[in-house]
Amino acid sequence: MIIARNVSKEFNGIKAVNNISFEVKEGQTLVFLGTSGCGKTTTLKILNRLIEPSDGEITINGKNILSLQPEILRRSIGYVSQNNGLFPHYTVAENIAIVPNLLKWDKVRTSERSNILLDQLKLPVTEYANKYPDELSGGQKQRVALARALVSDPPVLLMDEPFGALDPITRANVRKEFLELPELKSKTIVLVTHDVQEAFELGDQICLMDKGIIVQTGSPEELIFKPINEFTRNFFSHQRLQLELGALKFSSIWESLTDASSSSKPSLNSNQSLWEGMEMLSEKNEETLVVRNSEDNSYKEVSIQTIQSVYLENKRNR
Amino acid sequence: MNEQLNLGQFMLQQSGKLLDQTIAHIGLTCISLLIAVAVGLPLGIWIADKKRAAWFVLGVAGILQTIPSIALLGFMIPLLGIGALPAIAALFLYALLPVIRNTYTGITGVDPAITESARGMGMNKWQILFQVEIPLAMPVILAGIRTATVINVGVATLAAYIAAGGLGEFIFGGIALNNTNMILAGAIPAALLAILLDFLLSLFQKANLKKMRKVTLILPVLLILFSSFYIIPYTSEKILAGFTPEFMGREDGYLGLKSKYKLDISTVVISDAVMYKAAFENKLDVISGYSTDGRLKAYDLVTLEDDKTIFPPYYAAPLVRQDVLQKHPELQPALDILSGVINDSIMTELNYRVDYQKQLPEKVALDFMLEKGLYKKPQTGPEAGIIRLGSKIFAEQYILINMYKMLIEGNTKLKVVTRTGLGGTKICFDALTNNEIDMYPEYTGTGLLVILKPDKKTLDPIIGNREKVFDFVQKEFSDQYKLSWLKPIGFNNAYALMMRRSQAQSLRIKTISDLKNYLSNENHQH
Ligand SMILES: Nc1ncnc2c1ncn2[C@@H]1O[C@H](COP(=O)(O)OP(=O)(O)OP(=O)(O)O)[C@@H](O)[C@H]1O
Ligand SMILES: [Mg+2]
Repeated sequence: MIIARNVSKEFNGIKAVNNISFEVKEGQTLVFLGTSGCGKTTTLKILNRLIEPSDGEITINGKNILSLQPEILRRSIGYVSQNNGLFPHYTVAENIAIVPNLLKWDKVRTSERSNILLDQLKLPVTEYANKYPDELSGGQKQRVALARALVSDPPVLLMDEPFGALDPITRANVRKEFLELPELKSKTIVLVTHDVQEAFELGDQICLMDKGIIVQTGSPEELIFKPINEFTRNFFSHQRLQLELGALKFSSIWESLTDASSSSKPSLNSNQSLWEGMEMLSEKNEETLVVRNSEDNSYKEVSIQTIQSVYLENKRNR
Repeated sequence: MNEQLNLGQFMLQQSGKLLDQTIAHIGLTCISLLIAVAVGLPLGIWIADKKRAAWFVLGVAGILQTIPSIALLGFMIPLLGIGALPAIAALFLYALLPVIRNTYTGITGVDPAITESARGMGMNKWQILFQVEIPLAMPVILAGIRTATVINVGVATLAAYIAAGGLGEFIFGGIALNNTNMILAGAIPAALLAILLDFLLSLFQKANLKKMRKVTLILPVLLILFSSFYIIPYTSEKILAGFTPEFMGREDGYLGLKSKYKLDISTVVISDAVMYKAAFENKLDVISGYSTDGRLKAYDLVTLEDDKTIFPPYYAAPLVRQDVLQKHPELQPALDILSGVINDSIMTELNYRVDYQKQLPEKVALDFMLEKGLYKKPQTGPEAGIIRLGSKIFAEQYILINMYKMLIEGNTKLKVVTRTGLGGTKICFDALTNNEIDMYPEYTGTGLLVILKPDKKTLDPIIGNREKVFDFVQKEFSDQYKLSWLKPIGFNNAYALMMRRSQAQSLRIKTISDLKNYLSNENHQH
């Protein structure tokens, strides 16, 4: 649980971060979204005191971070920096072992733990453990950086554009793997990005930032359907339809869908978004697909037409 | 003794000395390098995040670098004396800039994203320094150490000038004695040493980044190892002699002192540029100098009488083309006016005024001529011809040709043009025989040993005798080159052993034999 109150940071009299407050609940993911230079990285680095705030108060799991020694604080927070920051003179295994060494883990424990992570991240130990960063692809480096941040199982993870250096296709793939990582399910994560799609996919909550302030905080659905001002509205205008469909889950429009027979084979579940439903429909080239509600085990049918009418109706009602 | 040795034979014959010199050379290089790394590395690291300090430190180290090496060695003498200590100090100062600058460049060049991620993981300042910054900066730092090493191997040859030993002893001895084998016996090992050390360091530098952590450990160990070859030589002798590399190798020098006087004295090799001062400052007690050097007076030194005459006479006299003397018969009487007028102490005094009081040679010459009543206004009227005077580049010669100019123009209708600064003996002599100048002042000993170079049989019976040497060179120059030696001016700028006046007086040493007796008594008492 992270709570930030009235945090500011001045650089030479210019407020890079201006009196912002936010909260991240245990196990949730908060995304800072905004254009370049709006203060995202600064905000993130304040959380592990790579940057000292000029003003404000921050507690992580009930402890004021300013009361801790910075090195000790940082060893309990995973950090993936904007350009991976792997040590070029350390192998993959050595890079991952940095924090365990700082925490004085024994060798066996360190190697067992890093092997598990490399496995989860699809980097076979035998092949990759002794490679140097410059022998890896961008995506592989990113995954090593992630493993390095996760190895000591810190309760909090800070990530600064972790997928920033990747091409769009790799990026989407790595993101998907990332979402499925069991390691991350219970972590409190603060993530920075300027990619709207990414923010919507990964964030439970999104803080939309501009010029050092938080313009609006909310779930993806709230941001897209209830923008509090022109800035928020305009920010999403380029990808509006996709985002809106992406922000709507089948579960939230469950009642408007027509029932399907319970013997049919479902290809979607109710936690997925209408956008995913559309993609699946065109991918499989089917008229209709069946969605399963995992809570009450009921089944509904969707087609392009139903998605369209439900979406329009939903918009009108808001 | 004079039969031709080839280089291999020479090196074999001198292998003991060669080994000593090489070890001293490695020692000087490595010790100074070690200290430079020990000081420069932390300094480079310290200034890496301090812009102002960096500007200042790099500036100072840069200025040190621009001081000519021989001058830097000279500056060290009043502070640290002569020998290994000032040599190491000077070498250390030279090695400092490349080490500091490359450390600074290396550390500031480390990608800030990497150090930041190190901080982000909870590494502290020192962990980041030793585990991240230094290893990543190591290739650049090593490049600096390589530069410093090569510079130091080169500059360490100059250590021979201040009695610190090293391969410079052979190199500069060989240059002074025109002995190619000796030059090469010093220069080749020095070059090989530079190449070898550079190569060794390049191996370290090429080691990949991972091994850098090991390099960080191995390098200082190796340096200390190399340094330990060389135990800084020091001497506790009561009387220490400093001789030039040239003097050390000459029969009419150190070799003669040993064979004719049986002089047994501890010696160091040193350059004449710093020798007088070192004697003045009690760092040396006996030196080999020139009898009329102005520094004799400046530093209150006295010459010891050469009572067994091992040093050949170096009487100065005008050396003139015979055709010019015939064409202008009035010339010779004008030149002879100076004969017998200037003795050793007068010449020393005149040299002192130019070298130390920085008076112009023209003025010193004029003052002297006026004082002696020899000055006449230049004659007017139609000129009878032009006489071209040459001189080598040092004060004594400048003074002399200015005097001759006044004498010629005051006593004849001839006009004079001067061609000063003709380098050394060889250049002056060639200019004379090629009819580019008409005369210059030369020394009998130089004429004998540098130009005529007679064999030992001819040399031995005449070398100690002023008249015989003069007669010999006069006859030979006339026969061989159609040049005339006119009457000597009077002073003898020969080699001489010198001591501080105070010490010579208190030990009652007046002659070289006195010195010899004093030393053998001393040795008996031990
Ligand atoms: N160390 C610093 N000194 C001075 N100004 C800084 C410093 N760090 C950041 N800033 C300024 O603060 C503002 C916010 O920077 P920040 O790095 O937080 O932006 P960002 O949102 O992460 O941008 P990007 O998406 O480009 O990474 C910028 O205007 C930047 O110039
Ligand atoms: Mg940023």
